[in-house]
Amino acid sequence: MLLPKSIILINYISFRMQCEMNPAKNCDIINFMDYSIKIGGEAGQGIQTIGDTLSLVFSRSGYHVFTHQDYESRIRGGHNYYQVRVSGNPVMAPKEAIDIIVALDAKSIELDTPKLTGIGQIIYDSSALKQRHDGAQFLDIPFTALALEHGGSKIMANTVATGAVLGMLGIGLDVLLGIIKDTFKKKGEEIIKANSSAAMAGHDYAVKQCIKCAFSAAVEGKPKMLIAGNDAIGFGAVASGCKFYSAYPMTPATSIMLYVASKAKEYGIIVEQAEDEIAAINMALGASFAGVRAMTGSSGGGFALMVEGLSLAAMTETPLVIALAQRPGPATGLPTKTEQADLNFALYTSHGEFPRVIFAPGTPEQAFFLTNKAFELSEKYQIPVLILTDQYLADSQWTFDGFDLTKLKYNDYRLRGEAFSSLAEYKRHAFTESGVTPMAVPGDAKHVVVTDSDEHDEEGHLTEDIDLTLKMADKRLFKKMPQIRAEMEPPALYGNANPDIVLVGWGSTCGVIKETVDALSKTKNIAMLHFSEIYPLPSTKKFNYLGLLKNAKTTICIELNATSQFARLLRTEAGYTFNRLVNKYDGRPFTVEELTGEINALIG
Amino acid sequence: MPSLDDFSGLKPAWCPGCGNFGILKTFKDAAVELGLEPHQFTIVSGIGQAAKFPHYLKCNTFNGLHGRSLPVATGITLANHSMLVIDVAGDGDCYGEGGNHLMHTIRRNVNIKLFVHDNQIYGLTKGQASPTSMEGMVTKNQPFGVLSEQFNPMAFAVALDCSFVARGFAGDQEHLKMLIKEAVNHKGFTLVDILQPCVSFNKVNTYEWYRQRVYKLGADYNSENRIAAFEKALEWGDKIPIGIIYRNNRLDFEERIPVIKDEPLVRQPFDISKVEKTLKEFY
Repeated sequence: MLLPKSIILINYISFRMQCEMNPAKNCDIINFMDYSIKIGGEAGQGIQTIGDTLSLVFSRSGYHVFTHQDYESRIRGGHNYYQVRVSGNPVMAPKEAIDIIVALDAKSIELDTPKLTGIGQIIYDSSALKQRHDGAQFLDIPFTALALEHGGSKIMANTVATGAVLGMLGIGLDVLLGIIKDTFKKKGEEIIKANSSAAMAGHDYAVKQCIKCAFSAAVEGKPKMLIAGNDAIGFGAVASGCKFYSAYPMTPATSIMLYVASKAKEYGIIVEQAEDEIAAINMALGASFAGVRAMTGSSGGGFALMVEGLSLAAMTETPLVIALAQRPGPATGLPTKTEQADLNFALYTSHGEFPRVIFAPGTPEQAFFLTNKAFELSEKYQIPVLILTDQYLADSQWTFDGFDLTKLKYNDYRLRGEAFSSLAEYKRHAFTESGVTPMAVPGDAKHVVVTDSDEHDEEGHLTEDIDLTLKMADKRLFKKMPQIRAEMEPPALYGNANPDIVLVGWGSTCGVIKETVDALSKTKNIAMLHFSEIYPLPSTKKFNYLGLLKNAKTTICIELNATSQFARLLRTEAGYTFNRLVNKYDGRPFTVEELTGEINALIG
Repeated sequence: MPSLDDFSGLKPAWCPGCGNFGILKTFKDAAVELGLEPHQFTIVSGIGQAAKFPHYLKCNTFNGLHGRSLPVATGITLANHSMLVIDVAGDGDCYGEGGNHLMHTIRRNVNIKLFVHDNQIYGLTKGQASPTSMEGMVTKNQPFGVLSEQFNPMAFAVALDCSFVARGFAGDQEHLKMLIKEAVNHKGFTLVDILQPCVSFNKVNTYEWYRQRVYKLGADYNSENRIAAFEKALEWGDKIPIGIIYRNNRLDFEERIPVIKDEPLVRQPFDISKVEKTLKEFY
């Protein structure tokens, strides 16, 4: 379904006028589209459905999408929102300014009206909200009445709203109607027809009534993939041959388990919901010991319960991948909000000394490939590997042209079948040049496989012998550590290669720092240094990032925590001290405007 | 056929006269009679005097953390259900630190053979009360005597419809051997609580104390009647029943997981070619 040409033309003219009056806007005709749509309302009202559907329409239409969510720890009520940014250019962070607000509750109007852009519009249903707004930026759309009239059920009010947003943007209905068809395939023709009519009703209404709508969509392109951070970790695990995932549900880690469970049948994976996180990590270690790739995941509180198990993985040299999805603490903290305050916890937790690897992906693509690398390293060196994510990355969706699956690694380092049974003898913890003893699958040969949480001899039996104690510690720690360190990739540089100003971040702040660099690079010699492979700190051989920092005039470490945990790590491990620190610890992610403002204030 | 020599391990570091010696010898005898070879089973244990058990024979071994042997055993069983998985724990290990895991492993009915060396005291940490210490028992750490009620593992297990519940006595090795063999041959989770005198720290529940009280359940006892079993499980004091208190034919956990219907998980190869199709689902 196409919009009348005249409307597109009006939209375009109005855009150009706006654009020329506002130098901050990019007026390139192909790529000018960059709109933020915010769907706000109570939990249970269908915010997620509208947001997910719009995102899918945009990504399938070939636009770049970034979405993020803000929700409360409740199933009904409260005030939640889902924000979708759609653009002709790659986008990777939320904006403060909103172009279209879909207000499903009154609080949405109250909170977000000040954030409207010059062309911004608020759509709402006055009969549902029991209030009427007369301002030019308000458009009253009878979502419920249209749903009843055209779909036959008020449930379809969300479909009406989705259609209306597309109408406002000047995007046709073909893609949406296709999605409706897929979604309701099992429910039958009638439901498909009803939903399609509801979508068309919303679309028509917006096209006819939104006289002030000055939005204009970019040219459609090839469909893009749309993926959220936690789904990417789950997909990464599945694509790495993970066969066992045990965990206890905890926001924001649960969605990793849910994704893996959704693939259990197809890939032959056992997903076990453990009675607690202690059981979860110990089950995963049992499965790994028995010969399959295993993973667990939790948030800070649950990971706290896993801490003894983490050192068990280290002592028994049992491969294990752990996802630690951060949320603000201490204790229960803000269960559904975001923070990067568990880096120290991941770095230093557990008793004793042993090697560990910590990754902190900045994008879903990194999350996918770093999960794969986590399995590769954990199997290769028989160590625990942690993947740090957070609520923001977990729930954010990004578009990509695709993932290059040829980059996936799958090496089976286990001794199985013939390879094991043909050995003359076997000692699970035999001393080797590399410190790594091939790990055998118990039962595949006459040799027994023995391991112990106590200090042990080469066979795996407990010992208190002085020489063995030293040699085993050296095997686990000093022999493996340099090799592991050499596997770590240096931070990514974005922007000017000889920058005066360097913005440094790690994990999920990647996108917003990148966009901040874009925003400031017209007037400043600026770059971003982003760390996704955090520990062991990558060596400077491949890329002398410490030299780059030392040569810059201003270096700013940006973290979503109060105590600059990464800056401290860099000082401890590399002796480097940042000039400036930016911290945010209110449980909310940075928007582009907010971070740009912070940086401008610092560098003047 | 395996012989006793196949199972020789490290020299035990238990106190002379410890009830664990009798259990170890009986276990080896049972393994030989069952025709088990060392590589055909895995013993998982936690921490405590009992948990050192697998080091003193020869078999696949995962000696993990205090209280956490059952989750490890669960992971091993789910990854490879063709492997016989045995869990050896103590009363503090399994009924104290690991109580939550016991409850849920019984619920799942994972095919694990659990043997609890129950000496009603903490041996490794030198004589504090355990969950099965009797009320009133005075220790250095319980100077006013044990105030909490004694944990009854038999009644607990019957209440949870555990698929096999038995009690043995370290001082009656022939009877214990029968129980070990019955447990190994039973399909589903089995709990065998083994009364085991601690000669160093438990001056109440001695060999003599147990000998005066234990009696074997006779042929007339129906171990499949859950209500009768619960009554039997409550017996403690002047008379303590040993034998199979309760058993049922619940399906075990592994049988109910479709993914491992045909082949243990560990023998299922990973087919990386499927990933491409999965990637398309994100478009």
